[in-house]
Amino acid sequence: MDRSGHQVHEKVADMRPPITSVGWVRWLRENLFSSPLSAALTLVTAYVLYLLVPPLFGWAFLDAVWFAASREECWATGEGACWAIVTTRVDQFIYGDYPADERWRAVLAFVLLLLALVPILFDRVPGRARWLVFSLLYPLIAYVLLIGGVPGLPEVETAKFGGFLLTLVIGVTGISASLPLGILLALGRRSDLFIVRVLCVGFIEFIRGVPLITLLFVASTLLNYFLPPGTSFNLLVRVLIMVTLFSSAYLAEVIRGGLQAIPGGQYEAANSLGLSYWKSMRLVILPQALKISIPGIVNSFIALFKDTTLVIIIGMLDPLGIGKATLSDATWQGLSTEVYVFVALFFFICCFSMSRYSLYLERKLHTGH
Amino acid sequence: MAETDDKPKRTRSRPGAGAARKPAKPAAGRAPAKRAADGRTGSSPARASAGSAPAGTVPATGGGARAPAPASDEIAIEISGMHKWFGDFHVLKDINLTVYRGERIVICGPSGSGKSTVIRCINRLEEHQRGHVIVDGIELTDNLKRIDQVRREVGMVFQHFNLFPHLTVLENCTLAPIWVRRLPKAEAEAIAMRYLERVKIPEQAQKYPGQLSGGQQQRVAIARSLCMEPRIMLFDEPTSALDPEMIKEVLDVMVDLAESGMTMLCVTHEMGFARQVANRVIFMDGGQIIEQAPPAQFFENPKSERTRLFLSQILH
Repeated sequence: MDRSGHQVHEKVADMRPPITSVGWVRWLRENLFSSPLSAALTLVTAYVLYLLVPPLFGWAFLDAVWFAASREECWATGEGACWAIVTTRVDQFIYGDYPADERWRAVLAFVLLLLALVPILFDRVPGRARWLVFSLLYPLIAYVLLIGGVPGLPEVETAKFGGFLLTLVIGVTGISASLPLGILLALGRRSDLFIVRVLCVGFIEFIRGVPLITLLFVASTLLNYFLPPGTSFNLLVRVLIMVTLFSSAYLAEVIRGGLQAIPGGQYEAANSLGLSYWKSMRLVILPQALKISIPGIVNSFIALFKDTTLVIIIGMLDPLGIGKATLSDATWQGLSTEVYVFVALFFFICCFSMSRYSLYLERKLHTGH
Repeated sequence: MAETDDKPKRTRSRPGAGAARKPAKPAAGRAPAKRAADGRTGSSPARASAGSAPAGTVPATGGGARAPAPASDEIAIEISGMHKWFGDFHVLKDINLTVYRGERIVICGPSGSGKSTVIRCINRLEEHQRGHVIVDGIELTDNLKRIDQVRREVGMVFQHFNLFPHLTVLENCTLAPIWVRRLPKAEAEAIAMRYLERVKIPEQAQKYPGQLSGGQQQRVAIARSLCMEPRIMLFDEPTSALDPEMIKEVLDVMVDLAESGMTMLCVTHEMGFARQVANRVIFMDGGQIIEQAPPAQFFENPKSERTRLFLSQILH
């Protein structure tokens, strides 16, 4: 250092980080033992898991009975869960009363559904454009397959739909129809046009103010009074409409939140480039607003999917309804745990997949802003 | 460099545009008498004074290292008797302004003086309540079709860039050409790359705006506007949100654009830029145009007390 305080420093060579700040040692330190309290909680949790997991595992798998003719037979052979109630009735749980000879149609519709979802969920599949055409046609294909009434496919009444088939029909239709409707309602609520805005606000507030069960009751009973006498309006269709309207009102508010988060500069930039209202919405505003809204949208979808079980109230046999019917059978009485665990597992798989997909989507759409 | 040379769709004749594109030649092709006889002396005193000056003295009025390119006598923008209110607040009062094709105008003034609002009225991001705004021969009214027509021809650059964060730089630049001008994707991308080269960041084309520095983002924003091949460019404080070291790279692009003969209106506090390229500097305060003059006169010999005060505060 000279007298003026002017200093020049040598360059320091790179060194290895200390062992405690890399790899699994670091992970353990940061996640499980970061403080005395966290270390104590880690140990307590480990002990509780030790107490809980082995017996549960034994009940569900090791000591379980998978096939039996009745509850008595189950309990005579094993200590654990009696999955026989599920395995003997698995067709009921999946198809409800869908005629046994026609069940291949439901299976085919399900496989095609998965195929139709691929290009919608993932944008890097080869030949996506043509594939999407198939996805757009899928509702029609599914309708013909499931309900039939054309040569070669005898008609199946929708009253015979049940189980997971019914859940998927209501859930998938509700989700795919309510998203576009929700977007339109959200845009309408922010519209400059007074009438449009008032209609959208009125609709959203009315639907949100009424429980879904009430809407389902309206669908099953009251609607018939309002329609001209003699019109038979399929109950399943009425339920689909109500579920869609219900969900779209919630989605509209979620999406409106996303729209409000977009800075005004984005609208101005789109306008100043000469993009019309619909083009600027579609190309600039909605892609960003929907991305922000993904957690809320998926939240609504999951809620809708689980709310489909409410159709039990108006006499439709969803998985819970089938479970209840099964449990009232004298041969199987008292096995409610097994039935509800099985139904819960189905819902968990569906909802957890949606949740994981939404996380994947968020990561993919992250562009560093 | 002149982007106007390869526009296949432009068929309108542009008198004087040839001269406007050659900044080195002073006064060629000008018609001062015509302009002085224009009748709107109140709205453009600078025009009147320039017209009365002897031909060939343009460098003197320019005052900078480079002489401002002479403008044509074709009117690009005509604002007359424009008033605007935000609620009860009278934000613009009797604005009269005529901008000729190829002219570069710098608007300055204290914050809240309405300078941004004036240029935002030119592409109808704000609507005026009284008076007339005629851009490229099209009067701005509630007619959405006309508004979109004007917006296609008027580019705008914002203080906060307003790039679309979900699109890459290249997609930002091709969006409007593809969806508004209906160009095929390949052609739009070729145009976009040409302008990205012009603002000197072709290598960033595949990045997202969030990955660029402020100066780079603003240059992309300029390129995005240019991709629509506008006849008029509006700049709303383009360097105000930038770190000092990035201001120059943006100004360089704007100077380059000015020298190509683009009609430009810039709201800015960069007085060096005003001296270098402006034909006219306009000073606004309290929603009114207080003074307008060629940069040399404006900076050396401002007429109004308010202008003098403002200049003493921003020029150190």
